[in-house]
Amino acid sequence: MKTVEPAAAAPSGRDQSRPAARTRSPRPPRRNRDWVHGLLMSAPALTGLIAFVGVPFVYAVVLSFYNVRLGSPLAPTFFGLEQYRRLFTDPDMSGPFLRALLNNLTFAVVVVPVQTGLALALAILLNRKLKAIGVFRSLFFLPVVFPMALVAVIWRLILARSGDGLLNSALHVVSFGNWGAFDWLGDGFTAMASIIVLSIWQGVGFQMVILLAGLQQIPGELYEAAELDRASRWQQFRHVTLPGIRGTLVFVVMLTSLLSFRVFDQVYVLVKGGGLDEEATRTVMYQAVTTAFDQNNIGQASAITVVFFLIVVALTLIQRRAVRTGNED
Amino acid sequence: MTRTPLRRFLDYAVLSVLAFIFVLPVLYLILGSFKPSDQVLNGLTGFLPTHLSLANYTAVLDSFNSDATGYFWRFMGVSLLLATVVVLGGMIVNSMAAYGLARLRWKGQRAVFALVLLLMLVPFEAVAVPLFYMFNDQRNTIYIQAVPFIANAFSIYQFATFFRAIPPSIEEAARIDGAGPWRTFFAIIVPMSRPVFASVAILTFLTQWGSFLWPVLMVSDPSVRPLPLEISVFQGQMPVDWGQVLAFGVLLVLPVLIVFAFFQRWFVQGVASSAVKG
Repeated sequence: MKTVEPAAAAPSGRDQSRPAARTRSPRPPRRNRDWVHGLLMSAPALTGLIAFVGVPFVYAVVLSFYNVRLGSPLAPTFFGLEQYRRLFTDPDMSGPFLRALLNNLTFAVVVVPVQTGLALALAILLNRKLKAIGVFRSLFFLPVVFPMALVAVIWRLILARSGDGLLNSALHVVSFGNWGAFDWLGDGFTAMASIIVLSIWQGVGFQMVILLAGLQQIPGELYEAAELDRASRWQQFRHVTLPGIRGTLVFVVMLTSLLSFRVFDQVYVLVKGGGLDEEATRTVMYQAVTTAFDQNNIGQASAITVVFFLIVVALTLIQRRAVRTGNED
Repeated sequence: MTRTPLRRFLDYAVLSVLAFIFVLPVLYLILGSFKPSDQVLNGLTGFLPTHLSLANYTAVLDSFNSDATGYFWRFMGVSLLLATVVVLGGMIVNSMAAYGLARLRWKGQRAVFALVLLLMLVPFEAVAVPLFYMFNDQRNTIYIQAVPFIANAFSIYQFATFFRAIPPSIEEAARIDGAGPWRTFFAIIVPMSRPVFASVAILTFLTQWGSFLWPVLMVSDPSVRPLPLEISVFQGQMPVDWGQVLAFGVLLVLPVLIVFAFFQRWFVQGVASSAVKG
């Protein structure tokens, strides 16, 4: 390929600062045009983001101050903080929402440490130079590609309440026939536990892959040095591995807690078909959707949405601060 | 570290047992999809590979055969169409925006990029309700299922991170050559950014393929129903034909498994790198 003369000069332009400096003269007009190009290039995505994220987000805040119902002949009326008052303090109406908040909190408090811990254990286990280790990594990652709606359906079968349910009959065999059928999804306590277990099963591979990448960035010499110092395996983990993946670990904790407040699919599918105890497993998003969709109460659903977003922001800020103070050490 | 053969054997044993337990639900899904319904929900014998046949698959393809039930290939087509539009559209639109925001210098560029980062904090769940209200008259369309998901702040962020790591000399060369920003982008930057395109595409595809919340709100008509919503409807119809539901499930996950099998490396790299940098 023959190129015009400036092309030949271009690569060397970086090494020798003087020719590069001379090319500065035609630059200002180009930079002016960059303004147009930059804006044109980002325009389609920006339009989309503003139309489908920015505007609706502001709109949610506005709607939460109104009494708006879908399909109602009455015009929306200004409601002030009434929606929020109803959500939090109204003795007749706050029940389901507060329960949803509590359920979500329970879910997060269990899932964040357990899933992160499990992901870390798997990552360490899979961080070795063995033949076919890639196959094992893929197997643990496999559920991540399963849509949550399908995961819920599979676990509906495993946890089925009849004696023919997989878990029930496994326990029947293990207990030499002493185990009677148990309604895992229908009992309040095990309903939440079931949602937790199936969510961890689906999601742990994702965190594992991220942590594995973090582990692989720790230089091997650090372990060799630790070995020379006769550090035990635990000491190696404590003083080499953990500090080495600190940043990654914080990221994973942050991601997992954000995700755990977005739980919706599995609860919805199992309530609709699997006889899941609704009261014990409703989440904030589940509450928002049923309020908007089943009750047509857009104003209240918007208020729930705003509360949901405030939780997400609070979590992000707390974790940002955790990262910052950690880095100052 | 040196490893004795015994040690290595133990490693494999532990890994195999764990992996087997972990994959059991998937095995159950696949086996069950080939068994008659009364053999699926049948205790531990649900794992025995007996009575296998393709009957459930043909039944799934045949039994969705009217406008009231919808058609299987129609669900599949809707899902594929939505994924294609969101993935391809997203790759073009978001990579262009990332380049315009991360590599071109213009007034206000920083402010706009900060806005994008801010919007990245807003999860879809936080705007689902107002969107549902705003677009209520457009329920049951393909358009409303796809368009809101094309522009994606996180994709822009992923592209921007990658583009920023490209040495400026490469662009300088192209631009001194007389190429404008568009040509520089499409002829130089895009071809050398395959890894980030691959990982953004796969992540978007995965999210879109499993998308559930939005279809629950916006779709009731079987003719525009994507697969995940349909399996939720299907498993809720009593009496449940478990064999068919599982066959439906296998068909639902098959496209993702194929993509995963071929692009696994990109996917894992993409997930990992964006996380470690972030």
